[in-house]
Amino acid sequence: MTRILTFVREPLIIALVLIAALLYLGEMLSPGFASGGQVLRLLIVASLLGIVAAGQNVVILGGREGIDLSVGGVVSLSAIIAGNVMNGADGGIVPAILACLAAGAFFGLLNGLGVTLLRIPPLVMTLGMLGVLQGLLVVIRMGIPSGRAAPGLSGFVTQPFFFGIPGIIWLWIAIGVLMAFMLHRTVFGHRIYAIGSNEHAAYMAGVPVRLMRIALFMISGMFAAIAGMCLLGYSGSSFANVGEQYTLSSIIAVVFGGTSLAGGKGGYTGTMAGAILLVILQSILTTVNIDESGRQMVFGATLLLLMMFYGRGRAMRA
Amino acid sequence: MADVAVTPRARAGGIRKLLERYPFLPALVIVAALLLLNGVFSPNSLSYRSLTGLLSTYMALIMLAIAQTYVVYAGDIDLSAGSILSLVNVAIVVLMERWGGGAGAVLLALALGLLLGLACGLVNGIVVAALRLQAIVATFATSIFFTGFALYILPVAGTPAPALFWRTYGGRLLGVPFVFYILAVLVVLLLVLSRTRLVTQLLAVGDDQQAAFQTGLPVVPVRIKGYLLCGLFSALAAFCITGDTASGDPLVGGKMTLYSVAAVVLGGSALSGGWGTVVGSLLGALTIGLINSVVFFMGTPSEWQNFVQGLAILVVLMAGVLAGRRARA
Repeated sequence: MTRILTFVREPLIIALVLIAALLYLGEMLSPGFASGGQVLRLLIVASLLGIVAAGQNVVILGGREGIDLSVGGVVSLSAIIAGNVMNGADGGIVPAILACLAAGAFFGLLNGLGVTLLRIPPLVMTLGMLGVLQGLLVVIRMGIPSGRAAPGLSGFVTQPFFFGIPGIIWLWIAIGVLMAFMLHRTVFGHRIYAIGSNEHAAYMAGVPVRLMRIALFMISGMFAAIAGMCLLGYSGSSFANVGEQYTLSSIIAVVFGGTSLAGGKGGYTGTMAGAILLVILQSILTTVNIDESGRQMVFGATLLLLMMFYGRGRAMRA
Repeated sequence: MADVAVTPRARAGGIRKLLERYPFLPALVIVAALLLLNGVFSPNSLSYRSLTGLLSTYMALIMLAIAQTYVVYAGDIDLSAGSILSLVNVAIVVLMERWGGGAGAVLLALALGLLLGLACGLVNGIVVAALRLQAIVATFATSIFFTGFALYILPVAGTPAPALFWRTYGGRLLGVPFVFYILAVLVVLLLVLSRTRLVTQLLAVGDDQQAAFQTGLPVVPVRIKGYLLCGLFSALAAFCITGDTASGDPLVGGKMTLYSVAAVVLGGSALSGGWGTVVGSLLGALTIGLINSVVFFMGTPSEWQNFVQGLAILVVLMAGVLAGRRARA
């Protein structure tokens, strides 16, 4: 019995049950909501969020109040860079990937250096970086047109690629497998949990804590950059601040996936389910015929309700 | 030789003592330096009139930063402060308009606005302290809810505030600009609050929640009271923004939340709680305002302004953290 209860309390199980329930609810409210094509479209949107959340996930797992508020800015920046480098030509895809990854890694590196060398709290450092990135976006936007996605990239994101499933979903699955492997089967992954649960003990055990933390922020920046590129492929051209919404929703996806904001506990499989859950919820609210104000109120209230299922803090005891 | 070796240490100790007693000193130095820079690039910007303008524009951010400070004291954070500001802004503007915009209507609307701010704070407090949800994500969720409510009250920006209200805010009383009275009342209010037990309790909870609980502090009610104060000051911030923009806008505060957090850090308070001053946050908010104006007066090309502002804020944020740490060390 206890074992069953523990199993049911698993965040991944909660998220999967909620996803099924929401799909059912969506189908009831608007028939066709849970049809194959519609579910694929939801998964494409979820994969964009899920890829950003992968980076957010490792930073949060790394502990010491780890959080990356700059991911939204990196997503927007990467979409612009990719649009300009490829500018509608397939030949530009590879240089665009390289340029975006470099940009993501660069801003991740700056975040990591601030957090480790100057010991600035991650929230403050990445918040400041978000301001810098937003300023940079204005500069770039005034100087050059926003650029277009190459047909190859758009096809990869929106068209069936393999077994009728778009390439971005395969990419997301691959990232999921890689993340699971990295977190649970490699020394690097074990070290993430080690510094996340007890930084000092990890340091004493010989884990290069600072390098690890810098690497985590760089990974976060690069995942955000990949998502930014895919977002460009999804929308065709980038517009102002496309990535802004990803900052806080990536954190929510991580929390819904059962990763503790305190670090050291959780994983990416849950986060993937969390991202899908969040996207389905938003999608149901857009199918229901209520105006924007009602939609936001229901969304906010539902988020709070869902949070009640996950890792609430412990009650104070003497 | 011994004397030479001792003197610098003694001096460093003196600075440390000074920082301990007045943790907002670095912020004050930054504000003074920025004022000087403003004066260098545009002497006119230091005129009485310009400074009054600066104060009335940034009074809302000052209030919001102070609001944020009280939750940060307890180691919490409120990402909904900006949306409480928006909600109170549209609520009072719509109520004032509906009731005719007379003095009685304005005062009644303001009273209701304060209650609304307190109610939002209570919701946040219950959600974070009593239901024990994580503050960052829970207050983000409530911010979505509050924004929805604001959109329900006023779907699009534009309803004007009654002339009586913004003329008073931007005007003069007995020859002195009205914002100075607000500032004076604010300072008195903060002084009174700083003498209350609540602030000490908030700091104790922020310093070590478990220890505070074990010494018998009612941790949950204390944290809720922190959020109540935050809601109250967010409502006051809404009054200031309404006076400044003279209209209702359901999204006006969205961008201000993160600035309020930045202002708190600039003021030398620790986001981890247990350490900080409201005066620092006030100066932090002024710092953000002064940076924006320096960047403008420096003649920065318009497309670079946001970038330079962002960079400057990042740099002073780092300075704020480092100075705050030195003071605590």
